[in-house]
Order: sequence, then structure tokens, then C-alpha cells
Amino acid sequence: MSSNNSSGGLQEWFEKNVFALFLGLAIVLSVGGLVEIVPLFYLPSTMEYNKFPELVWQRKEGQTLNDHQPGDGVRPYKALELAGRDVYQREGCYLCHSQMVRPFRDEKERYGHYSLATESMFDHPMQWGSKRTGPDLARVGGKYSDDWHRKHLRAPRSVVPESVMPNYPWLKENPVDGQTIQAHMRGMQMLGVPYTDADIEAAAKEVEGKTEEDAVVAFLQVLGTMAKLDENKAYRE
Amino acid sequence: MDAAAEQKYDYGVVRWFTVMAAVYLVVGATAGVYIASELAWPFLNFDIPYITFGRLRPLHTNAVIFAFGGCALMATAFYSVQRTCATRLWSNKLAWFTFWGWNLIIVAAVITLPLGINQSKEYAELEWPIDIAIAVVWLSYMFNFIMTIHQRKTSHIYVSNWFFLGMMVMITYLHVVNSLAIPVGMFKSYSLFSGVQDAMIQWWWGHNAVGFYLTAGFLGIMYYFVPKQAGRPVYSYRLSVIHFWALMFGYVWLGAHHLQYTALPDWTGSLGAAVSIAMIIPSWGGAVNGMMTLSGAWDKLRTDYVLRFLIMSLAFYAMSTFEGPIMSIKTVNALSHYTDWTVGHVHSGALGWVAMVAIGAIYHMMTRLFHVELWSTKLVNAHFWTATIGTVVYIVAMWVSGIMQGLMWRAYDEYGTLAYTFAESVEAMHPYYAMRAIGGMIFLSGAILMLINILMTVAKASSERSIERARTAAATA
Repeated sequence: MSSNNSSGGLQEWFEKNVFALFLGLAIVLSVGGLVEIVPLFYLPSTMEYNKFPELVWQRKEGQTLNDHQPGDGVRPYKALELAGRDVYQREGCYLCHSQMVRPFRDEKERYGHYSLATESMFDHPMQWGSKRTGPDLARVGGKYSDDWHRKHLRAPRSVVPESVMPNYPWLKENPVDGQTIQAHMRGMQMLGVPYTDADIEAAAKEVEGKTEEDAVVAFLQVLGTMAKLDENKAYRE
Repeated sequence: MDAAAEQKYDYGVVRWFTVMAAVYLVVGATAGVYIASELAWPFLNFDIPYITFGRLRPLHTNAVIFAFGGCALMATAFYSVQRTCATRLWSNKLAWFTFWGWNLIIVAAVITLPLGINQSKEYAELEWPIDIAIAVVWLSYMFNFIMTIHQRKTSHIYVSNWFFLGMMVMITYLHVVNSLAIPVGMFKSYSLFSGVQDAMIQWWWGHNAVGFYLTAGFLGIMYYFVPKQAGRPVYSYRLSVIHFWALMFGYVWLGAHHLQYTALPDWTGSLGAAVSIAMIIPSWGGAVNGMMTLSGAWDKLRTDYVLRFLIMSLAFYAMSTFEGPIMSIKTVNALSHYTDWTVGHVHSGALGWVAMVAIGAIYHMMTRLFHVELWSTKLVNAHFWTATIGTVVYIVAMWVSGIMQGLMWRAYDEYGTLAYTFAESVEAMHPYYAMRAIGGMIFLSGAILMLINILMTVAKASSERSIERARTAAATA
């Protein structure tokens, strides 16, 4: 092994005392994370709604999630949509589909307006993804019919011959459970997602008789449709 | 063989970790080859939920990183910390707890991930009860390691141990923060964080799982096993001090480069990219230090197959730590992000660097832990070539497909409209996906050769009763 031609000083201390080395590492290793992560929680420029409050749905007293119209602004997912999102997580869709459009000309033409941080503010965890084996889904809502989505989920190659996506025929067989989705919404409420108790109460009825396929379709159809983005506004630098 | 070592150190737990690492390499690589094949030939999903790409891909990543990588790190850290500190483990019992705990976690992963129990954070898919178990077992590993160093008989702490310790501290930070979640059921939770903050935390974890688990930890392996196998001291002590602290401080910042041009504020992505480029220097510091350790002993490469693995791993390390900073440059990232290029980059690091250096260390330890020669050195040589060729085939396939994807997505025809549909780009990937699966198969065949070799070596040791003989020889000496 190499000889002990130590440099003295602090390094000497670290090399002779494992607790000092531990402490030194604990400090040095914390810096990068603190600098990059902590400001994101308080810098107002991070979230576009600080400058453009219309991006978030301003729900009036007594309104239900069903009173929201597309373009009214970002809102929490409805019960069925959240159930669809749970399936999306379970099946690992995020491994092949991103939900994050970048501000490039080709992405704009292919997918639409670039994504805003505000649009995923209720996504615990985010589903931005890191790989596009399949296309981006951030703005897939409304692009295809429900019927197309069902066909595509059951047998993707029946509508897109080049596709390498697995078939998901079991989704139409699996029912969505009302109590489970209520528990999930309560969890989201605890995390600060603005569900009212009335939303959670109504959830079981909303998903009654629905299948996981219905849920996934509802989720896909709402993606990118909640907020109306203005071409002429510079939401980000 | 070093019979006295059997008496002097706790080798039992290291033997088990070492053999299990070889087992999990085969398991993880098999899962990888299967999912690669699913992308080339989607009928392989067979309409069975448990084996679809989306459910097996987390199994693949968890198996190779945490099962194979974890067992390799635990084996090598427990082995080298005893030898560099000239002492037994602080607690042999605690080390066995770490062994059984870690393996139970792996079993839990193998059961839950195909069932779709997945919190959908990339490289941190396991649900909250398993996350808690990981934290407990990981801390038992770190505590035992620190206390073993504390009771050392040598005056200074050897460089490999700095790297191992840095990894242990950082992984504790990362795992705890990234896994914070509200349970909404026994097997379901939602992340405490959402949207952009969650994305930053996820990639702070994601990149540093690479930077610390798969780089700092494996540099610890490199710093012990390369000098040992080459029989030469580390080339430069000063270089190791400088690149150690630069790596520890700098790597933490890199996660943001995974989120350039996203809804993450520009300052964060640019900061991540700037530090990423600067990281070439400390990364190459490690590679140079490892390679120069061989100066004057290059002739050994002709006969020493284990050393070949170690040196090849450093070559791949140097290459992928050059490629990474290039890919973090904004203009390159605009093309490479979301494509197979990223997958190729990860595998040049994972197969070429992480797996190769661990394989070298495993072969090195086998003879010393079991007190016999390897069952077959010819097989080690065959493994070396299959591993190298498999890795190269894999990376080349992903370079071509990744760059092609990036170019096709942004191509315009003469009328100023997009030249290709997305589906056309998927179709164009087919030959490269097939080629990648074949590269993976070649690599996997090498891993199987290693497993056979290791199991036969264990059988040989058991029939020759070599461990018992080493014990008695040392006791009566």
C-alpha cells in the first residue's frame, strides 16, 4: 500500500480520526443539495403562477371538481383521473413516456406549448420522465378520441403498427375501488393538494362501476388541458 | 494462500456477499436482456402484467444497482476495511444482520416490483415499507464500517476507506430525503414533494446514486484492489486527496443537468451543467491514479486476467466520465436528452466501469477468501472478452439509435414541416434495439461463465476443505 506521506493539517486529522472524517464528509456532501434544492421551495420565480395567477383554478365556494372547464387553470385530479394516474405509476408508464415538453420548435409542433412547473404542482411525485421510447404525453389530452385510447391500450399495434408498447388488456377487467381512491385522495389532501372533504366524499360514487381502463383514459384525456397557455406570454425566461 | 488471514479477519460474511454478487449479476443482466428484447420484439410481453417492460425495467435497475452493486460494495468494503485497518470487523454479528437484511430487501423487490408495487420515482421505485428497511440495513452497514475503522491498528485511514465512507454518508442523505412520502396504504405512498421540487430531488438522488453508489464506492474498490492485484503502491497520494475532496464536493451538484430545458429554473440546470463539465478533472484524476499505479507493471496484463478487468474498467471509467460532461452541455443535451444515448451512456459506466471493476475484485477475493486457486483461469479470460465485446456492442447500438432519434425528432422537410412522425422514429430503432439485446446477451453469457467458475471454486474449496485447513494451519502456526 502507499506510504503515509500525509500532507498534514486538516487532512492529517481526517486520516487519523474517522469521526472527524465522517463530520467533514457530512458537511461537504450537504452543500450542493442545499444550494440547488432549498431555493426551489421559496424563490417566487420558480412557480409561474406567482406572476400569472390565472394558471391555477380559483375554485369558488361550493364548486365541485366537475365544475371546472378545460382552460380554467390547474386543478387537482378528479377521482377517476387520480385512479388512472395510480395505474400509470403502477405500470411504469413514466419509463417510456415523458410529460415535459421543452421549449424547442420541433417539440412545439409535435407536442404543443412547453410545459410549466405550475402544471405539475399537484403531481406527487412528478411524472416528467427521462426517456421517450414513446412520445411525450404532457399534452396528449384531447388529441385522440376515448375510443382510440381504448383500442391503443388493449393492442397498441392495432392502431400504430410501429409501436413497441405492451398490450394492456387487463385494464378493462379491473374495477376501480372507491374506498382505495378515497384513501389516496386523503393522502394527497395531507400533502397540500386542495381537495375538499366534499370531493373525497363524492369520490366513491364518481368511480363506481368504472374500470382501470376508464381511469387511464380519463387521466390521459386531462393531461395538458387544465390550463390555457397564451402564446404571447413569456412564462419563463 | 494466506492462511493466517482466515484466523485474523471475519471472512465468513464476505464470502457470502461475494458469491451473492455473482448470482445477482446474472439475475440483473437476465432481466436487462429480457426487457431489451421486449423493446425489439414486443410480443415478448405476452400480455402478462408481471413481465411487461414497465414492471420489469425497475426490477432490472434495482437488481443490478442494489442487488449486484450492493453486494459487491458490501463484500469489498468489509473485506478491504479489515485488511487496511489490520483488525476484525467491529461486529461480525452486525455484518450478518446487514447480509440477511439486504438480501431480504432484494427478495422483497423481486416480489413487489413485478406486482406493480412501485412509487414511480426512477431508481427509487421500492415502496415505503421496503424503503424503511433499506435505511435501517444501510445504517447498520455504515455504523459497522465506521467502528471498524475506529478500532484500527494502523495509524492512518487508507484512501479506499475514504471513498467508501463518502458513499455511505451521501447515500444515507439521498435515500432518506428522496423517499420521504405519505403512506396511503400498505403498499402505496405519495411523495412528499411534487412537480419541479420533486424533479430536482429525484435527480439529485438519481445522479448521485450514480455518482456515489456507483462511482465513489467503486473508486473505493479500485483504490484497494488495483494496487493489490498489481502489487504496486498507489501512484500519487496527493492526487488521491485532491480528487477525493473535489469529487465529494462536486458530484452532488450534477443532478440538475438531467433537467435542462425543463420547467426547472434555468439557473439550476445551468449550475448543474457548469459543475458537470468541471467534474472531468477529478474524475480523470481517479482514472489516471489507477492507471499510473500500473506503470512498471504493464507486463502483468499479459498473464493476469483479473488485472485486465481492472484496467479495462478504468478505461471505460475515463471514457464515460468524459462523455457525461459532454452530454451535460446544453446544446448536446438538447439532442441527447430523452434518447437512447442516455441509456448507452449509463451502460458504458455500468457495464464497462462498475461491473468490470467489481468483477475484477470478486475474482481477486475468491482465491483469498476460499484459499484455493480459481477453478478455471481460462474461463476468466473468456469472461473478460465476452464482457468487453458485449459492452462495446451495446454502447455502439445505443449511440447510433440515440443520435438518430434526436436527429429524426428535430428534422424538417423542405416545406418546413416535421420530416418524421414519432412512430417512424420508433420503427427506425428496431435494428439497434435488436443489436443492443444481442450485446446484452454476450455480456450476460460472460456473467454466467463467472457464476459457474465461482460456484465450482466454492465446490473445490469445500471438497479440499481448504477453509478448515487454513483455520487449523493458522491456529497451530
